[in-house]
Amino acid sequence: MTNQLDPDRKIEGSYIFTGPMSQKGYALNKLGASLMSDEARAAFKKDEESYMAQFGLSEEQKQLIRDRNWIGCVQGGSNIYFLYKITTVFGDSLYKLGAKQAGMTYEEFLKTRNVSGAT
Amino acid sequence: MGKIVAGIGTSHVPSIGVAYDKGEQKTDAWSPLFSAYEPVQEWLAEIKPDVAIIAYNDHGCDFFFDKYPTFAIGAADEYPIGDEGFGKRPLPPVPGDSTFSWHLCEQLIYNEFDITVCQELKMEHGFLVPMNLCFDKEPNWPIKYVPLAVNVIQHPLPTAARCYKLGKAIRNAVEIYDDDFTVAIFGTGGMSHQLSGERFGYLNSEFDEWFLDQLEGDADALINMTHQELMERAGIEAVELIMWLIMRGAMSEKVNRLHRNYYGPMTTGMGLITMEDAI
Repeated sequence: MTNQLDPDRKIEGSYIFTGPMSQKGYALNKLGASLMSDEARAAFKKDEESYMAQFGLSEEQKQLIRDRNWIGCVQGGSNIYFLYKITTVFGDSLYKLGAKQAGMTYEEFLKTRNVSGAT
Repeated sequence: MGKIVAGIGTSHVPSIGVAYDKGEQKTDAWSPLFSAYEPVQEWLAEIKPDVAIIAYNDHGCDFFFDKYPTFAIGAADEYPIGDEGFGKRPLPPVPGDSTFSWHLCEQLIYNEFDITVCQELKMEHGFLVPMNLCFDKEPNWPIKYVPLAVNVIQHPLPTAARCYKLGKAIRNAVEIYDDDFTVAIFGTGGMSHQLSGERFGYLNSEFDEWFLDQLEGDADALINMTHQELMERAGIEAVELIMWLIMRGAMSEKVNRLHRNYYGPMTTGMGLITMEDAI
């Protein structure tokens, strides 16, 4: 037990973004942080491989992106806010990104909500 | 002496900004949220504070993990609207008050809060959604603002108790500023929600209502919560709620609650509470 986190009390289906996780996912998050202009997003969409090559991703990290394996990214140290910038380029908005992590279709996920019109 | 005249706790869910930009405030899905803010807007327009200090977190719009400040304060006369990865929102730049910001930073640092001072800072949903909810942007934002960015995304985060103490130090800094200077303070983020992992979509309305109850009281139970407990009970990203304690710390021990609302349509508990010092 550190002062604030208790590694012995694992929260199911959760990955806490600690320093070691941030270090592990650094290249993935750096890629996400680069997507802050129309030009960058268009370049990524147009040629994924060349774009990824700029950020020092490992082969394993590149494969996660190629596979659109978002939960794999989170497990590998993607911070959700930086991952969200990547997934949006491929049409996965926040709720679609979420549904995929939870292993549901988007439609299935919406049915679990109180007011699914408030997207 | 300066005075804190308003304390506001509010969620800053990005979809609220999208609904705002599309003009969906009156739709069935969104009016339970937006209508609750109408009296808050009227109240703020009436008391018209000189400055609003808004405690928020950056979601990867300006800060990156190469250097990540625990507490950062803007000290500029204008803050541009940033592109968070989805295009820039059509909003006017945010007016700042660099003179007050530098005073605030000086006082906080001399009182042992080692703040990162930012002369450039791009605004994003964590800051702008509360702005949309509480202020009319036409023809321009009505007062001046001080952004206070808090690390709530890369652990280790500041403790809830530290946030509360920061609020107290902010109050002291305001009280020694110019006569008749008035300040509103915002704590933003949350309430319960989880965006990362298989537990995506976790929402705990019972917890959120309890949190609001505690905030109206002495908030002791909240100040003593660990990040672990907060994340277990309210979701991983709900740890943002520690920022509400900055606001609570800046208020007097006893407060009068003025407005309160709660709406949890999708994945995040959208809470609102406003208060003033009890005389």
